[in-house]
Amino acid sequence: MKKIITGMLAVAALGVTSSVASADTLDDVKAKGFVQCGVNTGLAGFSAPDDKGEWTGLDVDFCRAVAAAVFGDGTKVKFTGLSAKDRFTALQSGEIDILSRNTTWTISRDTALGLNFGGVTYYDGQGFMINSKKIPGVNSALQLSGAAVCVQAGTTTELNLADYFKANKMEYNPVVFEKFEEANAAYDAGRCDAYTTDQSGLYAVRLQMASPDDHVVLPEIISKEPLGPSVRQGDDKWFDIVKWTYYALLNTEEAGITQANVDEMKNSENPDIRRLLGVEAETKIGTDLGLSNDWVVNIVKATGNYGEIFERNVGSGSPLKISRGINALWTKGGLQYGMPIR
Amino acid sequence: MQEHDLSWVRTEMAVAQAAPRSGAGPVVWARTNLFATPADTIMSLFALLLVVWFLPQILNWLFFSAVWSGTDRLACLTVDQGGELPPGWSGACWPFVLNRFGYFMFGRYPMDERWRVILCGVIFVALLVPLLTPRIPFKRLNAILFFGVFPFVAFLLLVGGYFGLEYVETPLWGGLMVTLVLSYVGIVVSLPLGIVLAMGRRSKMPIVKLLSVIFIETVRGVPLVTVLFMAAFMLPLFVPPGVSFDKLLRALIGVALFASAYMAEVIRGGLQAIPKGQYEGADSLGLGYWQKMGFIVMPQALKLVVPGIVNTFIGLFKDTTLVLIISMFDLLGVVKQSISGDPTWATPQTAKTGYIFAAAIFWVFCFGMSRYSQYMERRLDTGHRK
Repeated sequence: MKKIITGMLAVAALGVTSSVASADTLDDVKAKGFVQCGVNTGLAGFSAPDDKGEWTGLDVDFCRAVAAAVFGDGTKVKFTGLSAKDRFTALQSGEIDILSRNTTWTISRDTALGLNFGGVTYYDGQGFMINSKKIPGVNSALQLSGAAVCVQAGTTTELNLADYFKANKMEYNPVVFEKFEEANAAYDAGRCDAYTTDQSGLYAVRLQMASPDDHVVLPEIISKEPLGPSVRQGDDKWFDIVKWTYYALLNTEEAGITQANVDEMKNSENPDIRRLLGVEAETKIGTDLGLSNDWVVNIVKATGNYGEIFERNVGSGSPLKISRGINALWTKGGLQYGMPIR
Repeated sequence: MQEHDLSWVRTEMAVAQAAPRSGAGPVVWARTNLFATPADTIMSLFALLLVVWFLPQILNWLFFSAVWSGTDRLACLTVDQGGELPPGWSGACWPFVLNRFGYFMFGRYPMDERWRVILCGVIFVALLVPLLTPRIPFKRLNAILFFGVFPFVAFLLLVGGYFGLEYVETPLWGGLMVTLVLSYVGIVVSLPLGIVLAMGRRSKMPIVKLLSVIFIETVRGVPLVTVLFMAAFMLPLFVPPGVSFDKLLRALIGVALFASAYMAEVIRGGLQAIPKGQYEGADSLGLGYWQKMGFIVMPQALKLVVPGIVNTFIGLFKDTTLVLIISMFDLLGVVKQSISGDPTWATPQTAKTGYIFAAAIFWVFCFGMSRYSQYMERRLDTGHRK
């Protein structure tokens, strides 16, 4: 039923998109003086307000980077916390300019919902965590036959779980919960042998377990969940800015440009770095985007490069301690590949 | 036939008897109240057992083994979870609440401007307490200040943008202040609107009656969640671009209208309990409709339904938590958000502590309303008891 309603809302949203969403988001954003960014209401490492009420997280920092690219100031951004249900309506109605809310890039969202995804800021995938006290010796999801698995109802997670066990001809016993917190609590209380959700979520859940060392995240990833920022379809200029902000974050990491050394790097002899930072004579890279030529410098000064954002929010600098894995740069065996800025 | 002497009077004193066993004292009280019958005894012992069993554990968890200071999650973790507390420890993680207290109260309201919210709260209490205390005079002035002037003062203080106050947009509001703003507006709007709707529904004018019935039945027939969702996300799709209402304002209107429909039915219940003679008496005195309602019927009807009215207020107060689904963060919303979104405080005890804190605050407000309503009932009781 929820899905039907969401679908209807999406259709309703599409019907009036053209009248609501202005064709030129960049002009709108410049006129109002800030980027309105839709984020998750509270997801550890991705977006949540800290004790002073400042939003922090990987998705949040991406929006700051876009604000820095447009205004040269990463604070010129306002955040709207959105639930999974209302996120697309909010984007379509023009309430927000970017949706950066751990949203999986899928074809139906790209086409039927009329979104454009600007890249993948975090490659996630559904994984399993097991209670090694209850089922010792399990080190692969393929050994989970007959297990009781805690899962949240009505999510793609639940469907992926069914598909995976069916494809591998295994039996399982789903223990379904309406809310994420309920599923966590039930798993922690030992109702289930295994727990499944996105891997980034598993690490966050493990922090809340009574005995975290008993819980092992299994290596298998059973679904592809490329999470990234999206914008409304039909505004290529704004789409370009979001997309190239993402690539700029990756390219600066690859070039070793960090928040700390960005000013120093402007004097570098390396033509790639000079081009990236817009210090080459008569460069038009920034202005062609509709921005200033020091847009990359502004981004890095505001948020750091992709690696810094990652480590600060979900990696070694955070309690989550998620390793880079497939989110490493392509030069280090990961999937993050920044298109050349030249 | 023997005649009875009707004027017979006893001449000697009756023999003195022992005093009845009942009397005062804790033993007697316990015997009559707790152990009167075998069934009573069993239930009393069972209840006592429950208290003895649970209370120490609850107090222990809440206070004696609780952690009171710390700067991040490590303060509330046991050795095997990576902290320093003994293995198997369980207790409340109060530093989480202390660290986030400002956020729980004000949401993302700017730090430097929070004095405005506090000032607003102080004015609110300063006006409310004399209004609720029967002994203090100047009720009329007080009521005008509280219902007529205070909303404007509060609006100026909280929103700002005038008199050198910085403008604070409503998406930054959160926590207890949103809960109280929603409840205050809901209560202040729903009572008069409910009275009008209840009179409309009992009116003899067909159009007024029809409109009242349609409004009440439509609003009561739709879940509050739907009303809020429509107001927050569907409305912007139907209004022309550039026109936008504040989301908090939309939620306020939604909550207030919703509560009014319920209030109308509660008050209609009171109106129906007033005997026809009261109406006729008023008519025979030559009072007009509004005089009749204002002087004769409403005072009696409202007095009868005080419990129902307060019940609706309490329901409204707790219903404000539903604004979470339109991404507005009331008290419960900010607590939930901090639990799910803040890895610096992710511990097994965080969720429990946070929810208990939220529950305690809600309980204090609801219990306060409930006690006051009982006090008012006793005070207004003019002897309709059978």
